[in-house]
Amino acid sequence: MDASIASILLLDGLTNGAVYALLGLATVLVFTVTRVIFIPQGEFVAYGALTLALLQTGKVPGTVWLLLILAVVAALMELVTTWQHRRQLVPALKASFKTLAVPALIAGLAVWAAPQQFPLAVQAALSVAVVTAFGPLVYRVAYQSLEAATPLVLLIVSVGVHFAMTGLGLLFFGAEGFRNPAFSDLRLPLGPVTFTGQTLIMFGVSLALIVLLWLFFERSLYGKALRATAVNRLGARLMGISSNASGQLTFAMAALIGALSGLLIGPTTTIFYDSGFLIGLKGFVAAVVAGLTSYPGALLGALFVGIVEAFASFWASAFKEVIVFTLILPILLWRSLTGGHSDEEH
Amino acid sequence: MNFKKSLLATALVTLASGTALADITIGVSLPLTGPASGLGIPMQNQIKLWPTSIAGEKLKVIVLDDATDPTNGVKNARRFVTDDKVDLIVGSAATPVGIAMADVAMESQTVQLAATPIGLPPGKDAWSFRLPQSNDVMAFAIAAHMKKMGVKTVGFLGYTDAYGEQWLKAFTTEGEKQGIKIVAAERFARTDTSVTGQALKLSAANPDAMLVVAYGSGAAMPELAILDRGFKGKIYQTHAAATMDLMRVGGKAMEGTYVVSGPVIAPLQLPDSNASKKLAIDFMQKYDKVYGEGTHNQFAGHAHDVVVVLEKAIPLALKKAKPGTKEFRAALKDAMETMGRTVVAHGTLNWSTTDHWGYTNDTGVIVKVVNGGWKVE
Repeated sequence: MDASIASILLLDGLTNGAVYALLGLATVLVFTVTRVIFIPQGEFVAYGALTLALLQTGKVPGTVWLLLILAVVAALMELVTTWQHRRQLVPALKASFKTLAVPALIAGLAVWAAPQQFPLAVQAALSVAVVTAFGPLVYRVAYQSLEAATPLVLLIVSVGVHFAMTGLGLLFFGAEGFRNPAFSDLRLPLGPVTFTGQTLIMFGVSLALIVLLWLFFERSLYGKALRATAVNRLGARLMGISSNASGQLTFAMAALIGALSGLLIGPTTTIFYDSGFLIGLKGFVAAVVAGLTSYPGALLGALFVGIVEAFASFWASAFKEVIVFTLILPILLWRSLTGGHSDEEH
Repeated sequence: MNFKKSLLATALVTLASGTALADITIGVSLPLTGPASGLGIPMQNQIKLWPTSIAGEKLKVIVLDDATDPTNGVKNARRFVTDDKVDLIVGSAATPVGIAMADVAMESQTVQLAATPIGLPPGKDAWSFRLPQSNDVMAFAIAAHMKKMGVKTVGFLGYTDAYGEQWLKAFTTEGEKQGIKIVAAERFARTDTSVTGQALKLSAANPDAMLVVAYGSGAAMPELAILDRGFKGKIYQTHAAATMDLMRVGGKAMEGTYVVSGPVIAPLQLPDSNASKKLAIDFMQKYDKVYGEGTHNQFAGHAHDVVVVLEKAIPLALKKAKPGTKEFRAALKDAMETMGRTVVAHGTLNWSTTDHWGYTNDTGVIVKVVNGGWKVE
């Protein structure tokens, strides 16, 4: 190994690490606000990339129909629970309409736009919109009624959601993989390494998203509400912050981050309906490095995972995954030795 | 009175089941979901085109999904032999599942036609026959072509699964016979986000040619990574990559790639001397007519070949026993072992009591990617 190989590997590791970082951040976000270990985070990546791939072929992606079905289910659930609470038809209908409206609007837009062959950027935005709309619906259907359950129960629900989403992914996208067109054909040779436009976009978007997330949590009222829920759910509720609304907002953000990651990674590799799981799992390892609580920790963890992965694939490609996932053991050991015991309910 | 009634009922049931058993029952277990579903689904498509009867006997075909999971495959196979009393098991199309099902086939003494090159220890495959070409036969074709092109050293980039390992083993032996050496062997997984590390290591070894071992649309990504490192030599792909997905995902960069395949891939270009040409064209036209131009592939071809094999074996077996019996299953096995050279769409089979692989070394066809299509070399 010489410096040029090392620098190529480093760049490769950092590029993938940037995507893992986004997923790690989403995992930390979801866990702190809702205590859900969100295994299906990676599925949003695959859904995002594959929705764009199908839009590229001019077809209406199956995710659009799934979105509609899910929205109807969520709206019915909303109708029933509101009726049970208040025994009045008008508020119940209003609540269910509110759940249905946005997803239906996005789905309608997607159905109209699919055959029009819009430019790549428009299709990309549409894919992100479709996948983001999944977030709150998944929370509403799978998690909301269980919000008081233990993290273990929520974890098991996550496993179920993961299997359901992978299976539906196979149904909608088929077994074969897709590779999306690159957003930029730019190539910038710099010594031994070549920065492609896609790499630069990946770094740029990841960085921008991290800054935006930081601004959101520091400056906006919604962000502060989410932070309050993360610190103390009951206290936040007493202050008038709806835990349902925070949960749905959190999941919408997780889905948005997932979909964007999918768009970033789609042009650099072949994405299959089940590719998301491993990508999401690496984001999860990054989040575990951060103890599932710290955003900067997750970022560093993700870059570390990416670099280890790149070098492992050079030195011992047959054992790459083993090396990456075995990393979690010493980290957990170190965390439990140094972390001490926390009385918090996390 | 009651006793008489039940006796009568029993007799009727026996009669009824007697007629039902006269049908030939085939249990098919395929990966319709899961990682290998890209292989199982085209097979299911072709099964829908199967005839309703062979040699005057009605065919009863039961298709179950094994989800690319050996446990499910075994469960399906057990259901076939205990509940459905099948005369023949077909499947699976995924190697690990096919291997697991072979045990049930042997135990229940039912012929298994596997649509995947399952490697089994000697004796374990007594009731299992393979429809695809063995990796050895395909490795022979690649090694022979490499020798012709003057390739001396090869870099190997393959899946970290049974398919990759079997190919590494097969190509190491077949390559040695032609004086070709593997100078670097690297692995990757289908869902990897990057194979830059492996590609770097392989190009550092600077081989004359690269052999990429992957299936379906997963085969394009590693080749792109190798090209990205500025590799100028020849690149070979295996028969599991011989689908249009290679070009759909890889685009123009795939031009000039050599792919080994069975004769079904581009039957129109085969020389007239190729025995499979007629059958392969017939299969291609019928499949493409129903499922779209250029959609036929290797695995649908295997499902097609099941019928070709049965059309020859079933009349022989019918002479000895009735379908639905143990004797018929044994007769079917004997027929397959003794029926001699059988031309199928995938080549020429010649199963014997000792060889359940059967294809001859001249089966593999090397095609080159030219203008987004296949050109027979």
